[in-house]
Amino acid sequence: MSHGPSASGGALARAPHAHDDTPHEPVFVGDRAKDLDAILLKYPTKMAALLPALWIVQEARGWVSEGGMAEVARVLDLTPAYVKGVVSFYTMYHQHPVGKYFVQVCTTTPCNVCGAEDVVNAFLQHTRCGELGATSADGRFTVIEVECLGACGFATPVMINSDFLESVTPDTVPDILAELT
Amino acid sequence: MGYPHQSHPREAVVLSKYFGDAEARTLAGWKARGGYQALEQALGMAPADIVTIVKDSGLRGRGGAGFPTGIKWSFMKPGDGKPHYLCCNADESEPGTFKDREIMRWTPHALVEGCAIGAYAIGAETAYIYIRGEFTEPLEWMNKAVKEAYAAGILGPNAMGTGKRVDVHVHKGAGAYICGEETALMNSLEGRRGNPRIKPPFPAVAGLFGKPTTINNVETLVAAAQIVKQGAAWYKQWGRADNPKSTGTKLFSVCGNIARPGNYEVPMGFPFKDFLWELCGGPLPGRTIKAVIPGGSSVPIITAEEAEGALMDYEGFVAAGTMLGSGGVIVFDDAQNMVKQIARLARFYAHESCAQCSQCREGTAWTTRILERIRDGQGTMEDLDTLLSIGESMTGKTICVLSDSCAVPVSSGIAKFRHEFEALIPKSRHRVAVSAGAA
Ligand SMILES: Cc1cc2nc3c(=O)[nH]c(=O)nc-3n(C[C@H](O)[C@H](O)[C@H](O)COP(=O)(O)O)c2cc1C
Ligand code: SF4
Ligand code: FES
Repeated sequence: MSHGPSASGGALARAPHAHDDTPHEPVFVGDRAKDLDAILLKYPTKMAALLPALWIVQEARGWVSEGGMAEVARVLDLTPAYVKGVVSFYTMYHQHPVGKYFVQVCTTTPCNVCGAEDVVNAFLQHTRCGELGATSADGRFTVIEVECLGACGFATPVMINSDFLESVTPDTVPDILAELT
Repeated sequence: MGYPHQSHPREAVVLSKYFGDAEARTLAGWKARGGYQALEQALGMAPADIVTIVKDSGLRGRGGAGFPTGIKWSFMKPGDGKPHYLCCNADESEPGTFKDREIMRWTPHALVEGCAIGAYAIGAETAYIYIRGEFTEPLEWMNKAVKEAYAAGILGPNAMGTGKRVDVHVHKGAGAYICGEETALMNSLEGRRGNPRIKPPFPAVAGLFGKPTTINNVETLVAAAQIVKQGAAWYKQWGRADNPKSTGTKLFSVCGNIARPGNYEVPMGFPFKDFLWELCGGPLPGRTIKAVIPGGSSVPIITAEEAEGALMDYEGFVAAGTMLGSGGVIVFDDAQNMVKQIARLARFYAHESCAQCSQCREGTAWTTRILERIRDGQGTMEDLDTLLSIGESMTGKTICVLSDSCAVPVSSGIAKFRHEFEALIPKSRHRVAVSAGAA
């Protein structure tokens, strides 16, 4: 659930909602509309396509705005309030814009005993994000702690957007960041 | 073959045989390794006969609870006129567990095959594989494998030319440990918040979309496919002669303070001491192992001495005071502070509670606050009693067992490592009543 200290709801909720009042440009047009049609064929109900539809919105726009939720509600015959209730349950949907690179570092116990907190600190320092959940001044980075990524034997796993990195140490952080444009 | 380490001669590699072998990922590579023979065979059998073989094999669910798979499948009544569904639980989020990820990354077709066989055996035409959203690479391999299987006519309305319909779909989660709980997973798949449902009704009666449903872990389904192909007796060759309740091989993920972390596949009943020291290489240089959680973060912590005497099967770990769980082995060495690490586990559960039940919502948060206070040198001796009594009120009273799971490391941690808690409690706070009256 997206409450608690390492979820995107904490410090992120204080980030400026710069884009909230810009008009929503429809996501489900062209190929994306066709993708959704294909997804709907997999399920006996329209509602079951909700998580996949939200993924399409986030992949297209980088986050899920109120306008995006309203559009998903319209195409799936749901209410915007219902969609918002579902979005807010899951930690991976961004309800606010985040940095160009969204960095998630696992700090749960198995990684923690291998030094994951030092990895988080290295990211905070080298990205100049300052604090967890905050976006760097240049808009490039947001760093958060995440709960177990299911790769505990490869401590410390880090996700940068959809890239999944294994065995990250404080020493390898500068090189990882240097490769991001 | 082991991964990322080399396979050890004492492993029994069945499910992990092709880990690290990139060719096994493709349809052609999988078929060259005997893939889809089990499905072909299964589709030529009566579903009830498949269920019987799986029952006879003694296979038990690898997701954590260890429920006998064949018996679970037999709850699905054929010919009831309703659509049936199979859910494959690939949410793998229990701290310490990372075996299903490796199965999906290296042998995605093994899972497609397992799902197709499982679906057919329970009278379902559709299986959904629910994969946690963070597993971007496994998702990619699974999507690719499903696509290849459809293109080759292995899946679809005329699966392998038998005229039988078998559909397998991949569904991507969106971040929430609780969606690994079976009924939460079904809610999530239906497009709802991932709140666990009150049982009964059980999934076999009213599960996904309100229809009879079976849910199985990734490893369970992949093992079932091998059993169909090679037989129940073949599977039962592994296990202790004096314990028929745990059969076959089991994947254990090993992480934390250990020389060679990774996935190991051993016969049920393997000596845990040999496993930790011989297969996994023992502690890091200059360190000693202090504590082990052998079955994912929801099972009791045991000391290194207790671990050395344990046998690795369902009953063996119970005899050692813990459980096999999901097979996620977490190792702690003497450089770790148990209070800090147990506090971190409690924070995990507090973060992941779906907040439906007050005992869980409040209990996980309160437990975390107290543990972090003790960790920071602000605790009292009374806090230890409070922790134990909160734990009691969190156990056996909620919709699902996440609440119980939070109490487990706390109570076992206090029982086994009480001295570490006491060492962090300032002397002046050891007896609050007395010190309050003293000058
Ligand atoms: C909080 C919670 C989380 C769970 N997470 C998982 C999981 O990630 N993967 C899994 O296979 N089972 C998980 N389970 C167990 C499932 O509820 C269920 O027992 C299992 O998927 C059944 O499959 P099996 O019989 O093949 O083990 C979880 C249970 C609980 C209570
Ligand atoms: S025990 Fe916790 S996680 Fe489970 S249903 Fe209740 S509140 Fe949700
Ligand atoms: S605890 Fe970090 S990946 Fe599992």
